[in-house]
Amino acid sequence: MIGSLDARIPAGSLENKWTDHKFSMRLVNPNNKRRFDIIVVGSGLAGASAAASLGELGYRVKVLTYHDSPRRAHSIAAQGGINGAKNYQNDGDSVFRLFYDTIKGGDYRSREANVYRLAEVSVDIIDQATAQGVPFAREYGGLLDNRSFGGAQVSRTFYARGQTGQQLLLGAYSALMRQVAAGTVELHTRSEMLELVMHDGRAVGVITRDLISGEVQAHSAHAVVLATGGYGNVYFLSTNAKMCNVTAAWRAHRKGALFANPCYTQIHPTCIPASDDFQSKLTLMSESLRNDGRIWVPQTHDDGRGPDEIPDDDRDYFLERKYPAFGNLVPRDVASRNAKAVVDEGRGVGPLCNGVYLDFSDAIGRDGADVIRAKYGNLFDMYERITGENPYQVPMRIYPATHYTMGGLWVDYELMSNVAGLFVLGEANFSDHGANRLGASALMQGLADGYFVLPYTIGNYLADYLGEAALNPNEPVFKDAKQQVTDEVARWLSIGGTHSVDYYHRELGKLVWDYIGMSRNQTGLEKALSEIAALGEEYHRNVRVLGSADTLNQSLEKAGRVADLFELAELMARDALTREESCGGHFREEHQTEEGEALRDDEQFAHVAAWEWQGAGTASTRHREELAFENVELTQRSYK
Amino acid sequence: MSARINLTLKVWRQAGPDTEGAFVVYEATDISTDASFLEMLDIVNERLIDAGEEPIVFESDCREGICGTCGLMINGRAHGPQKGTATCQLHIRSFNDGDHITIEPWRASSFPVLRDLAVDRRALDAIISAGGYITVNTGSAPDANLIPVPKETAETAFDAAACIGCGACVAACPNSAAQLFTAAKLQHLNLLPQGQAERWERTEAMVETMEAFFGSCTNHGECEEACPKEIPIDFIAWANRDYIKAKVKNRKLAG
Ligand SMILES: Cc1cc2nc3c(=O)[nH]c(=O)nc-3n(C[C@H](O)[C@H](O)[C@H](O)COP(=O)(O)OP(=O)(O)OC[C@H]3O[C@@H](n4cnc5c(N)ncnc54)[C@H](O)[C@@H]3O)c2cc1C
Repeated sequence: MIGSLDARIPAGSLENKWTDHKFSMRLVNPNNKRRFDIIVVGSGLAGASAAASLGELGYRVKVLTYHDSPRRAHSIAAQGGINGAKNYQNDGDSVFRLFYDTIKGGDYRSREANVYRLAEVSVDIIDQATAQGVPFAREYGGLLDNRSFGGAQVSRTFYARGQTGQQLLLGAYSALMRQVAAGTVELHTRSEMLELVMHDGRAVGVITRDLISGEVQAHSAHAVVLATGGYGNVYFLSTNAKMCNVTAAWRAHRKGALFANPCYTQIHPTCIPASDDFQSKLTLMSESLRNDGRIWVPQTHDDGRGPDEIPDDDRDYFLERKYPAFGNLVPRDVASRNAKAVVDEGRGVGPLCNGVYLDFSDAIGRDGADVIRAKYGNLFDMYERITGENPYQVPMRIYPATHYTMGGLWVDYELMSNVAGLFVLGEANFSDHGANRLGASALMQGLADGYFVLPYTIGNYLADYLGEAALNPNEPVFKDAKQQVTDEVARWLSIGGTHSVDYYHRELGKLVWDYIGMSRNQTGLEKALSEIAALGEEYHRNVRVLGSADTLNQSLEKAGRVADLFELAELMARDALTREESCGGHFREEHQTEEGEALRDDEQFAHVAAWEWQGAGTASTRHREELAFENVELTQRSYK
Repeated sequence: MSARINLTLKVWRQAGPDTEGAFVVYEATDISTDASFLEMLDIVNERLIDAGEEPIVFESDCREGICGTCGLMINGRAHGPQKGTATCQLHIRSFNDGDHITIEPWRASSFPVLRDLAVDRRALDAIISAGGYITVNTGSAPDANLIPVPKETAETAFDAAACIGCGACVAACPNSAAQLFTAAKLQHLNLLPQGQAERWERTEAMVETMEAFFGSCTNHGECEEACPKEIPIDFIAWANRDYIKAKVKNRKLAG
């Protein structure tokens, strides 16, 4: 049993915690590092940066990814930018301000110490990436340029056209491949982790399935690092890459790792609305567009006119009207809920009336089309390719879509889960964003975890196991775990039901979107619990997975992932139901101010909810980590 | 605007790396022109599963043209008919009712077929590990604004860095050369001040690793046509010049 959750936050002042802690943690000397095996699952920003840094330090690292190349991890798709408290713009930014904005943006549901450390190392990330050759945008003098992002009043976002994630990942990937060449990192692509292996209460390895040959393999190590991304695809339609899933984290959860705040999911305000039911994913238009685009809908319901026929007086620039200080740059949750409200009122635009306008005509008039093209050209092109409409001439149509998941495996200050030897990085952990993540902060967090936090903290854990060899992968614990995976694979192939995996995934997604989406209420959540369970039961009985286990079999891969999403969805509903307040991305209709803003309950809910698995069909146990706020005052977020 | 059309697909099916493959014809009926090309294949696959047949294996992930996972030969053209567009961004509105579409995997000996339309592109990673990086251990970087980079240089390096590593350049090349990929990767780093220290070593190592896996370039220019990021072939000329210089300089350094 788990007692009260201790995040092991170091004592001392906020400013000195990390520096002091780095000094007090135990070190592993260079010769001994060579004797430690570390498994890193995931090659996105968090995994690649961690594996490269650990390899440089001399550890023996094994990287596992289901992608065909580490460079294809979902991080590649991030568009807008990465925050760094450099204050290059001399506009009043500082580590404390980035810390403050992140805590406030997260609606006071994150840990002060972690967030401060994140802000502190943010400046090093920019240096590291630049030295690797990441081509951040520059000004004419050759120095780095910045833009502003939602939830901030300073310009601290570094960007690389609309391809910031790609360029940062290529940087981390190149560092990783350097270590592969140096022999410190062993790379296994197209290997999917399907089980965490535990021994004596510690994580000692994983089981993978080779996606080409189907071979089930055991990997043993002194520590396991999960950097396996978020679970946004529980909604089926999201901006996440198609293969994103929760399996690695979920299998660890089933082995005892606590899953924290699963109901904190983020809906991104600027995505292209769905066009039909064959839609396979939603495309994000970077939120940086909100710097120059103005969001509006017609004043009246069912206004049949085209956007160019609607005069200014008949338009409602609803964000500028309601939030004069931040205008179109309010945080994501605020922008999303307001868009939903106007569409629900019947003022939505487009053929399915499921969007709002994001209009660049003023910006083009002011700066000229060339300036706008230089800033957003590739996003405009992408929009045109998908919709067949030219945004230089016609306003874009946008609508919120699931984009990011703040919840994830619970970790302490050292990024270790409650399972000894299991570390969790990047979007897969729950750590730094509270109930809502600010734009350009996920890339920052993934790289902070991988480059600058884990390389220190993992040594503090490993120091205890000096001289101990990693377990032999032929030990019974590994054999049993392999058998479990083999049996599971065989079970999917033997069901022979009538509907495809995708069919069930889509149906699950609809339930999750309807009941655990942008706004939630008790009735809906209770319904979600029973309907998800019923659909999940049918899934296990009636899914159709064709083919065999010893070939590249994409339906088979998806079958296990979707099963885990079903279990996760139930936990999301339970978490959302228990959290009787609104905060950040979690909006409970029962808890709102008279103006319709999120109403927190700090008395009862200023804590992290971390859930313990109790077996399929049994309700999970809720644990709490109390959040102490010593450096910021809890206020109601206001962006007016 | 949006309409529904019928297509006839001729798709390469191959059960595994060591088995023979063949074309199979499928009727893709009643497809919305708003669907993406891959969504059309999703629909075909759903129908195959309903009929008890194994779905067509094709790869994709981001479906936004940035991860480089997808990549099909569509009517003999890498990524299909639309210029500067990855397969996942191609939409059915680019086709007409009644069209016959041939769909094949990348064809290159260095990209063995794994199954149906999926290929193994690990040879591209090998080129990167040969030298496609700047050696800078975590934590050792100077302040990012210490070295100004002229905007123009940064922009040109970016044009090269935009490569998504899809392998269309190789697939389109009659010789299956990987010159455009390698040149883009090289010039991204070789143009930047940060990349100068290892410029000559990098150039030699990457070019020679490329040659170990891929065919040689005879300036057909098909790669530029096929590149979804429209990376210009000029980078190849640039890289070739760097390679000649590298050979000379590296000999001197060695001597
Ligand atoms: C469209 C889009 C745009 C975004 N733009 C921004 C932005 O501008 N700024 C910002 O800060 N954030 C942005 N984000 C968020 C950000 O990109 C992600 O949160 C972040 O990149 C996640 O990185 P990661 O390393 O944690 O995980 P990922 O990049 O998702 O990597 C996960 C890795 O784990 C591997 N993996 C997962 N499960 C398994 C398994 N079972 N076995 C083996 N391997 C496994 C995968 O193969 C992959 O390598 C954006 C997100 C989206 C969807």
